[in-house]
Amino acid sequence: MIISIASGKGGTGKTTIATSLALSLKDVQFIDSDVEEPNAHIFIKPIIESVEEVNVLIPEVDYQSCDFCGECANFCQFNAIAVFKEQVLIFSELCHNCGGCEIVCPNDAISEYEKSIGKIERGKADEIEFLHGVLDIAQLSAVPVIKRLKNYIQEDKTVIIDSPPGTSCTMIESIEGSDYCILVTEPTPFGLNDLNLAVSVLKKMNIKHGVVINQSDLGDKRVGEYCRDNRIDILMEIPFMREIAEAYSRGESLISVMPEYEARFRKMYKVIEDKTKVHG
Amino acid sequence: MKELVIISGKGGTGKTTLTASFAALAENKIICDCDVDAANLFLLLDPKVKKEEEIFTQKIAYIDEDKCTKCGICEENCRFNAISNFKVEEIKCEGCGVCEFVCPEEAILLKDVATGRIITADTRYGPFFYGILYAGAGTTGKLVTEIRRKAFNLSAEENNDLIIIDGSPGIGCPVIASITGSDVALIVTEPTLSGEHDLGRIAKLTKHFNVKTFVCINKFDINPEVTERIENWCVNEDIIIAGKIPYDPIVTQAMLKAKPVVDFVDNKVTDEIKKIWEVLLNQEK
Repeated sequence: MIISIASGKGGTGKTTIATSLALSLKDVQFIDSDVEEPNAHIFIKPIIESVEEVNVLIPEVDYQSCDFCGECANFCQFNAIAVFKEQVLIFSELCHNCGGCEIVCPNDAISEYEKSIGKIERGKADEIEFLHGVLDIAQLSAVPVIKRLKNYIQEDKTVIIDSPPGTSCTMIESIEGSDYCILVTEPTPFGLNDLNLAVSVLKKMNIKHGVVINQSDLGDKRVGEYCRDNRIDILMEIPFMREIAEAYSRGESLISVMPEYEARFRKMYKVIEDKTKVHG
Repeated sequence: MKELVIISGKGGTGKTTLTASFAALAENKIICDCDVDAANLFLLLDPKVKKEEEIFTQKIAYIDEDKCTKCGICEENCRFNAISNFKVEEIKCEGCGVCEFVCPEEAILLKDVATGRIITADTRYGPFFYGILYAGAGTTGKLVTEIRRKAFNLSAEENNDLIIIDGSPGIGCPVIASITGSDVALIVTEPTLSGEHDLGRIAKLTKHFNVKTFVCINKFDINPEVTERIENWCVNEDIIIAGKIPYDPIVTQAMLKAKPVVDFVDNKVTDEIKKIWEVLLNQEK
């Protein structure tokens, strides 16, 4: 079963929930797909065993064959190629790696080379099999790194995916294919607004979901009411405690300071297991 | 006119809380929310909407079933696995046009799709532009660029001194679109190992794009040790600490009342925010 942990709003506690769930269940595969700002390793503390580069295919021009006809630039939807009288400029950071320019070139003057945009690190922490991606600084698109990470999914295991915040392409790429998505929110107007956005994405993608309300006593009742009105399960509520915030600041997991939460996370997993079974 | 962008790397560190307060403190400015896939600033500014425009920054392939002979050439050539069973999965399609080009039957067409809205509004603090990305749409960077362009044009007409931009978390496409060409970036961080880690990455990004960078440590008293480490790190990196804000639940109370915190209360938190604003303002001069 694949469970992803997401949120519209950042900083609501995705990584806290994802790592606590993993540390409670123990024998899981954990994927941190927030490759722009990965943090789960701080709490899971894996020993990294292997590192691999993530490459994308970028076009290059063979000037022996190019007649500067401009078909490639004309075709490219992403403005990644500009053709001048005697020069072709390729803006690799704008390239979506679709391969179209190579296909449309009438002179076979375009080929592709591999360019690194980030890396994937794999390791272990006790029984947890850990993976995360790290996007290189100044790279625009994290999506290829997330795609590569997801190639490693072991379907026979419980897979926990810690998604980036937001509701755009990186979040969608992360949660796509999940059996269940846990949305972490806080009971504030920001939390509610962004929860609603995330729910509409999940509905569109047809992914079952439930909500964890973090710092549940710091806001108002509107998130709870929203969940009831929209028949969304509230899986867990975690009150604000300064000791939890301080432990988080030191990179200590929630269940290491509040061991009683281990049983609550296991129970939450059982609930999710049942929810995903109901309709096949 | 100068552009100030508020970013954080890690989400939830207090970008929007600070941006709203700066909006209340600054004079003769334009406000933008460029966190288009989780826009929240409007919740604090009580905007009066003047104009809403749908924007079309993405294309998606459509297959004409009547013309399609199910040859499968499109599926073979699509690098995004966006075509299966002779249907386009919209959420995976990047609109590159390869399928349209390779289709021998001319059965595929790229069509423009609406990816979001840009809202032009007035607030008691000044003109305000914000974007709302539609559920599941891509091209956040283009939406950000478009919002900044609108703000820039207005500032040229009305002689504004400043554009204040609320950015997104992360270091990817929408963040790059919001910081490139900006004059000043304020990174809002928190004294946690995660905040510290993410600060390192976002600060590299602002350095890469040559944007003058300041740091503000929010909730600094949650972990004085990490705060001190961040301060030392900033000194080494030649980054000015604009200020340190203590943890105070009153900040959440202000949000619940839909107000910038400086308009809600006068205390240590707001004194510090005003001080940070002065630091940013003085460097402008």
